[in-house]
Amino acid sequence: MEKNIIIKVCMGTGGVASGGEEVLAKFREMITESNLNAKISSNCHAQKVGCRGFCSKDVLVDVIVDDVKTTYKHIKPDMVERIFNEHVINGVPVNEWLAGPEYNNFHDKQTKVVLSHCGDIDPEDIDSYIAVGGYNAAKKAVLEMAPEEIVNIIKNSNLRGRGGAGFPTGLKWELGLRIKSDVKYVICNGDEGDPGAFMDRSVMEGDPHSVIEGMIICAKATQSNSGYIYVRAEYPLAVKRLQMAIEQCLMKNFLGNNIFGSDFSFDLKIFQGAGAFVCGEATALMRSIEGKRGMPSPKLWRSAERGLWDKPTVLNNVETFANVPKIILNGANWYRKLGTERSGGTKVFSLSGKVRNTGLVEVPLGISLREIIYDIGGGIEGGKNFKAVQTGGPSGGCIPAELLDTEVDYESLARAGSIMGSGGMVVLDENTCMVNTAKFFLEFTQAESCGKCTPCRIGTKRMLEILERITSGKGKDGDIELLEELGNHIRATSLCGLGMTAANPVLSTLKYFRDEYIAHIKEKRCPAAVCRDLITFTIIEELCKGCGSCKRVCPADAIRGTRKSPHRIDKELCIKCGSCFDACKFKAILKV
Amino acid sequence: MVTLKIDGKKVTVRKLSTILDAARKLDIPIPTLCHHPELSPYGGCRLCLVEIKGSPKPVASCTTFAKDGMEVITTSPHLEKLRRTTLELLLSDHPNDCMVCERAGDCKLQELAYFYGIRENRFAGEKRSYKKIDNNPFINRDMEKCILCGQCVRVCEEIQGVGAIDFAYRGLKTLVSPPFEKDLNCEFCGQCVAVCPTGALTGKMWANKGRQKFKEVETICPYCGCGCNIILHIRRNKVVRVSSREDSINSGWLCAKGRFGFSFIDHPDRLKKPLIRTASKDNDTEDSNDSKLQKQAYLKKFKEVEWDEALDYIAAKLKEIKEKYGADSIGGLSSARCTNEENYLFQKFIRAVIGTNNIDHCARY
Repeated sequence: MEKNIIIKVCMGTGGVASGGEEVLAKFREMITESNLNAKISSNCHAQKVGCRGFCSKDVLVDVIVDDVKTTYKHIKPDMVERIFNEHVINGVPVNEWLAGPEYNNFHDKQTKVVLSHCGDIDPEDIDSYIAVGGYNAAKKAVLEMAPEEIVNIIKNSNLRGRGGAGFPTGLKWELGLRIKSDVKYVICNGDEGDPGAFMDRSVMEGDPHSVIEGMIICAKATQSNSGYIYVRAEYPLAVKRLQMAIEQCLMKNFLGNNIFGSDFSFDLKIFQGAGAFVCGEATALMRSIEGKRGMPSPKLWRSAERGLWDKPTVLNNVETFANVPKIILNGANWYRKLGTERSGGTKVFSLSGKVRNTGLVEVPLGISLREIIYDIGGGIEGGKNFKAVQTGGPSGGCIPAELLDTEVDYESLARAGSIMGSGGMVVLDENTCMVNTAKFFLEFTQAESCGKCTPCRIGTKRMLEILERITSGKGKDGDIELLEELGNHIRATSLCGLGMTAANPVLSTLKYFRDEYIAHIKEKRCPAAVCRDLITFTIIEELCKGCGSCKRVCPADAIRGTRKSPHRIDKELCIKCGSCFDACKFKAILKV
Repeated sequence: MVTLKIDGKKVTVRKLSTILDAARKLDIPIPTLCHHPELSPYGGCRLCLVEIKGSPKPVASCTTFAKDGMEVITTSPHLEKLRRTTLELLLSDHPNDCMVCERAGDCKLQELAYFYGIRENRFAGEKRSYKKIDNNPFINRDMEKCILCGQCVRVCEEIQGVGAIDFAYRGLKTLVSPPFEKDLNCEFCGQCVAVCPTGALTGKMWANKGRQKFKEVETICPYCGCGCNIILHIRRNKVVRVSSREDSINSGWLCAKGRFGFSFIDHPDRLKKPLIRTASKDNDTEDSNDSKLQKQAYLKKFKEVEWDEALDYIAAKLKEIKEKYGADSIGGLSSARCTNEENYLFQKFIRAVIGTNNIDHCARY
C-alpha cells in the first residue's frame, strides 16, 4: 500500500526558538534511517513551514497521511521517535500529544486570506508557493492586465492600508499611476515596531513570496520599475527568507528585466532598518532609505507625488501587499464582501496579554472584539474578569468591557478612542492597573519620539513624569486635568502619527477608568494592587500557619516569626517585591 | 498665482508659497522658532499652527501650501492656548538663566516667553544636562539651551554643504552633535551661530563683551571680491561682533573670515600708514632668535610717511623705470581682496597710464 506522508514542522521565529530545527532534523533522520520511502511509501518527507499563529503551543507539528492532518503541540526532539513509530509507521496517532480542540477552535473561527499559506508551505521554496497557485496573479497582472484595470480591482475591493491609517490602497495606487516620472518606487513597509505585534513578521517569514507578488502587481499597476522592502534588522529570519525569495524570483525571471517574458521590468531590494520605531512612519522610512536620520517630514507633498529621493513612491504595509494576489485571483467582490461596507477583507491581529490563546488571528473586518477575545482567544486566562483590551500598539487606546461589542474596523475603533493601528491587541484582566498600563505605553512612545517636534519630544516626557508621580503616590489635585490638557495638546499639534496618537493610552484610560486615577491621587491607593509604592503586604494572623516559606523567599529579610506561629512583615524593611505573596500556600498574605 | 484670505484679508501669492509666506506678505505676525526662509521647510516647533476653514485640525503654516480660496485664521483663543502650551513645554526644558545668557534681548524664545507672559511652568520636570567640550576658538555650544529647531543642521547641510552636525539620540535626549559626539571640528563658518534662535550657539569672540547698546556700522567685508555685506557691532570704539543682513547680496551668509576674522582691526602690527624703505634689502636676515628684536630691526629700515609722499615716490619711480627700461618692464598684480571697481581702475592704470599689458590678478586661476 502506498501512502503519501508529509510532516510539517513550524519554523517561524517562535518555532525555531522552541527547538523546531532540532525537531525537523530528527524527523528527517528518522525518515532516512528507517528507509521508509523504500519500504511502505512512495512519498514521505518532512518540511519546514512558517508560523501558523499559535506560537504558545510551539513546536507544532502536522503529520499528514493521505490528506488527513493531525496536529501535535509542544513537540520536543525526544518526542519525535514515538510519533514516528506509532503514527507514521503504524498509523496510530499519539493521542496525548495532540493539539486538541482549542487548537481547532482557534483556527476554525478565523478567516484566513493573508495567512492562508502561513504554516502550510515551505517559505524557503518558491515551488512550494507556486504549487498553491503562487505567482499566477502576478503573471496575470503583468501579461494580461492594464495598469488601470489593476487599480480598479484594488479600488473596488475596498482594501485599505493595513499599516494602521487605513488609507484606501486603490486611491494611493491610482495617484501613483497618474503622476508621470522617469523613476517611480514601490516600497513595502516591514518595519513592524509595536511591542507584541508580529503579524508582518509572520507573513514575511512564513509566506515571503506573497509579499513580493503583491509588490510586483503594484509595480505593474503604478508603472514603477524599482522597489524596496524595508525590514527591521531585528527580524533576521524575515530578512533571510525574503532574500532567498528574491533570489529564487530572479532565477525564475519573476523579478528583474522583462519579467514573465513581458516588456515590463521590476527590480527589488531589501533595506534593513536600524532600529527606530518611528521609521515605520512613511516619510521617516524613506529618509532612512536615503541614508538620512529617520525623522518624519511635513507632508507638503504626498509620497505618491514626491517620495523616496523626491520621486513618486507608493508605500504599503506587508499585510496590504500580501492581500493583493488573492484579490487579483478571486476578484474585488469576493474581497469586499469579506469585510464591512467601508473596509473590505480581513485583518490580522496579534492577540496577546491575559487571554487564554495568544497568537495571530485573522478575522474579517466588522467582527466584534468579544468574538475575537472569547471565541477565538478562548476568554481570559485563569478565569479572571476581563477589564480592557488595548488595540493598535503603544499608541492605541484601552477599550473597556462595556464596549466589547464594538465592531473592529477603522472608524469604530477610532470612535471608541483607540485605533486599528497595525493590529496589536493586548487583553488586560482585573489584575491590571490602568494607570500603570498607560504609563508603560507612554514610556515606550516618549523614548521612541524622534525628537523633531516640541509636543512629542517634551510633551510625552512630561506626561510620563506626571504618570510616574501618580503611580508613586505623589499625585496632586489637578494632575488629571493637566494630563488631559497635555494629551489633547500633543494630539492636536504633533507633526506625525507617532505624536498624534501617543496620548491615546492615557486619554482612553482617563475616559473609561478615571476612578482608578482618582484612587491613586486622592486615596493614594492602587485598586488593582499593582503600583509598588501604593501597596502594602500584611500577614493575616488567623490564616498564617507559620510554615516560614515567606520568610525564606524574602530578599530583604523583612519577615519575622518563629515556626508554627504567625509571622509578621516589617513594613520599614519590606521592598514590596511580592515574593512572599507568591510563596504563601495559605493565602495568608494580604496585598492592598 | 493663488489668492487666499488670511484673517479676512485677501492676498495673492505665487504657487507653492506656504501659508506663512502669504501671512508674512500681509505683515501678519505668526510666531515661529524653526522657520528660516532660505532653508527647507521643517515643521518642528509647532508654534506657527493656524486654522483653515473646513479643516478639522490646526495645521503648521510653514509646511502647508497656500491654496486658492483658502480661509485662514492665524489667531484665536484655541490657537493661542496651543502656542502657549508649546512654549511652556519648551521652557520646561530650558535653563532659566537669561540674566547671564549671551543672547538675552536678542533671543526668539525669550521674546515669545515675554509676549505670552510665561513665568511659572506647569510642566517642570527633568532637564537635559550636558558637559561642554568646545576647544575651538570660535563657537560656544550650550546644548541645554537648544530647542531642536534644526536650523543649524539645515544651514550646515543645505547652505554650507558641510554637514558637520546632525541629530543624535531620540526623545527628550535628542541632541545636535558632531559625529560620535566629538568636539566640533568643521570649517567654523559660524552660519549655525547666525541662525540659532537662542543662546545655544554663540560666538566665543564676543562672549561677555556686551549685549546691548552697540553702534552698528554697515560695511563691506574686506576679505575677498564677493563683497558680502557685514554689520560691525561696535562698543567703545571696538568691533565686538560681526553680523550680516538677510536682505543683502549675500542673504546674510558669511564665511569664517568675514564673521570671525576681525581681530586684525586693533592688532598692534597693523600698518596704518605707508612705509618707504630706507636701507638696503640685502642685510634683512639678521642673526637673532628673538622675533620681537628681528621685527624691530626690520622696521628700522623703513620710514613712515604720509600718503601724498608715498604716492609721489611711487609715481617718480615708475616714471624713471619706464623711461629707462620701457613700459613692458613694469607689471601689475592686483588682489582678490580689492573690489571689482578697484581692480578695474588698476588694470586701466597699468594699461592706459603705464602702457603695458602686464596685468594679472591673484585669483585669476
